[in-house]
Amino acid sequence: MRVMAQMAMVMNLDKCIGCHTCSVTCKQAWTNRTGTEYVWFNNVETRPGQGYPRRYEDQEEWKGGWELNKRGRLKLKAGGRLKKLATIFSNPKMPSIQDYYEPWTYDYSTLTDAPAQQHTPVARPKSLLTGKNMKVKWSSNWDDNLGGSAATLKLDPMLKKIADKVKFEFEQTFMFYLPRICEHCLNPSCAASCPSGAIYKREEDGIVLVDQDRCRGWRMCVSGCPYKKVYFNHKTGKAEKCTFCFPRIEVGLPTVCAETCVGRLRYIGLILYDADRVLEAASIEDEHLLYEAQRSLLLDPNDPEVIAAAERDGIPHDWLESAKRSPIHALINTYKVALPLHPEYRTMPMVWYIPPLSPVVDVVKDTGYDAEDTTNLFAAIDALRIPVEYLAELFTAGDVEPVNKVLKKLAAMRSYMRDINMGREPDGSIPASVDMTEEEMYDMYRLLAIAKYEDRYVIPPAHAEQAHSLEEIGTDCDVAKYGGGQQDYFGEGSGAQTPLAVENFQMLKDRQTSDSMASPDDKESRVNLLNWDGKGAPTGLFPPRTEAADGPDGPAETADLR
Amino acid sequence: MDIFLWVIVPYLCLATFVVGHFWRYRYDKFGWTTRSSQLYEDKMLRIGSPLFHFGMLGVVGGHVIGLLIPISWTEAVNINDHMYHYAAVGGGLAAGIAATVGMVILIYRRRTVGPVFSATTTMDKVMYLFLGVAIFFGMWNTIAGSIFTLGGEYNYREGVSVWYRSFLAFQPDASLMAEAPIGFKAHALVAFALFALWPFTRLVHVFSAPVGYLTRPYIVYRSRDQKLGSHRPRQGWDSLSK
Repeated sequence: MRVMAQMAMVMNLDKCIGCHTCSVTCKQAWTNRTGTEYVWFNNVETRPGQGYPRRYEDQEEWKGGWELNKRGRLKLKAGGRLKKLATIFSNPKMPSIQDYYEPWTYDYSTLTDAPAQQHTPVARPKSLLTGKNMKVKWSSNWDDNLGGSAATLKLDPMLKKIADKVKFEFEQTFMFYLPRICEHCLNPSCAASCPSGAIYKREEDGIVLVDQDRCRGWRMCVSGCPYKKVYFNHKTGKAEKCTFCFPRIEVGLPTVCAETCVGRLRYIGLILYDADRVLEAASIEDEHLLYEAQRSLLLDPNDPEVIAAAERDGIPHDWLESAKRSPIHALINTYKVALPLHPEYRTMPMVWYIPPLSPVVDVVKDTGYDAEDTTNLFAAIDALRIPVEYLAELFTAGDVEPVNKVLKKLAAMRSYMRDINMGREPDGSIPASVDMTEEEMYDMYRLLAIAKYEDRYVIPPAHAEQAHSLEEIGTDCDVAKYGGGQQDYFGEGSGAQTPLAVENFQMLKDRQTSDSMASPDDKESRVNLLNWDGKGAPTGLFPPRTEAADGPDGPAETADLR
Repeated sequence: MDIFLWVIVPYLCLATFVVGHFWRYRYDKFGWTTRSSQLYEDKMLRIGSPLFHFGMLGVVGGHVIGLLIPISWTEAVNINDHMYHYAAVGGGLAAGIAATVGMVILIYRRRTVGPVFSATTTMDKVMYLFLGVAIFFGMWNTIAGSIFTLGGEYNYREGVSVWYRSFLAFQPDASLMAEAPIGFKAHALVAFALFALWPFTRLVHVFSAPVGYLTRPYIVYRSRDQKLGSHRPRQGWDSLSK
């Protein structure tokens, strides 16, 4: 057993209202630059729908992720190392900008610069690639809320797998939102596809990053990622991807998308996994077993054996404590309500989803039955095969059984909590029907419905164990003068760091000995303009005039004003 | 004049080439990329780019053989001039035509596809000019010089190649180049100018050919960058070897 820590996310799809706040704040924070106009580290898709880029889930076309070869060994679906190098001059599976959309802006200046004329001036769309006029035909959310679905719905690769006859019925009954970020996989195929070795998985927290200094723009990661979450910055010629907001995570803050989520549906926390068994789990032949295999990789942070192994493998104590309180561990392994997105890609994704029950509830409600009664809901889950099958295509490679179980747990929670909220005697048989205790059910309710900030985000700051070496505490030995320390030779970064305490000392000394405006002699007699009400001229509003500058009547004028 | 053209200029270009790459790598790792335009356009690139690149790989291979391997070596393994000549002209012609056709497609694409043209820098245009002219003279030497023997027969393996090896050995013999036909002279000079430009263009991506991919493990793990943040954490101890 080799224990590694992974920062992971769970999204509760029942709560997503499709407001795109996560996408917008993420874009503002990370991709509002030239070259990344079309790049959405976070996007929200309406399902059923094509997703972004269009039809990215059709791996028979895009060849993203891994597959098993004839001997049952894991290989990249787009071909191994030699094939990658042979096709390096023209990546055959690279999506074109048209599969995303051609980015554009508007010619806003016309609105104000246009001369007086009969018709209102119009800001025309201009391509951000060529600067020429363009016709806007598609964008990242063109089919939002099933817009235009009559024309485009048939293109959803997941819907294709469900029989044709139910499609219409499906459209009538079912819609939900799927927010997506990079999955920060345990077995990332983007990293495996990178010829330069520029994409790496961080040992400490498992975040997958692109080293911008090492990326040479070979584009194999873009086609290698089955979720199409690595983008090519067409200005810099380098690949970019979701960073899990690592600068925020390192200081214990949640990602921007999670922090700004209106529905509070995102959970972030640590999980521990056994790195030695990742390959074995990803190589399981039956796709339906992949969900269970992936779940079994995640270790129980309360198991003494795991704790001992984690300590041996250098996981800091405070991280272990965080792993124990992790909402991710609870949702995936304790309550077993979170499912991975497309486990069949065999990348072992680490952003999991709680499938939505609300479409089922809506159907029951529309038929006039009690939509919070377990019997009705259970019957509906069993009867409404289509939504469950669709969810199964997304989360369990088509196996409906795990999805059924999760939906029934959510339905049971709904009925059980209704009794409590109505002041009735809680019915212990409801949790029992989904193999949970009453206490567990209540805890799950607290985590899913109350979802306090500190319960949703349990993020241990990085390097807490290095606090002793921070400047101000300074309990370790300074090695800079013995050849350690600073590495830069030129410019601002050269030479040894000036300790903060020395800077402060110097500033204090400057202030104490300077003749500058920082502390003028007449400080007490001056007027604070922020408190001045504008009436009259209080003493000290103007500096006293010197003898030389005063005219014969000079001082008298000031006196008059008073 | 011969000393200037065949000693001073080549060494200046070589120095720019070496120092330029060092400088670029040291200060502009972020700019070191292929600057691929495949995202914009795929159909023409799919044909043009492999043609050009594989053609160029053949061309470079041919130059290595032609310039660096002395006649005595090939004779030692019983390859006479005649056989060598056929192989060189045949291979060179195939690779050269592939590279030329590929380049024509790529330049046509660059000019006609809007987004690709907008993304073209001045340095790209300069580089294309020098590369195009170098390829033109190279093809001229192969077709006009070696096949139709316009302007008399010339065995570059006894002239240009010997000079090139003496140049690399830092004992340049300018007279060998001075005797070469004008086509070879032009080809060599344009090529050296291209070498001098090389580190400042996108051509640097040649030196990041990812051969290491064949041997490295699929998934790369790396520790957090210790230099992030305002202070580098100190190691707190001194290694014994220092």
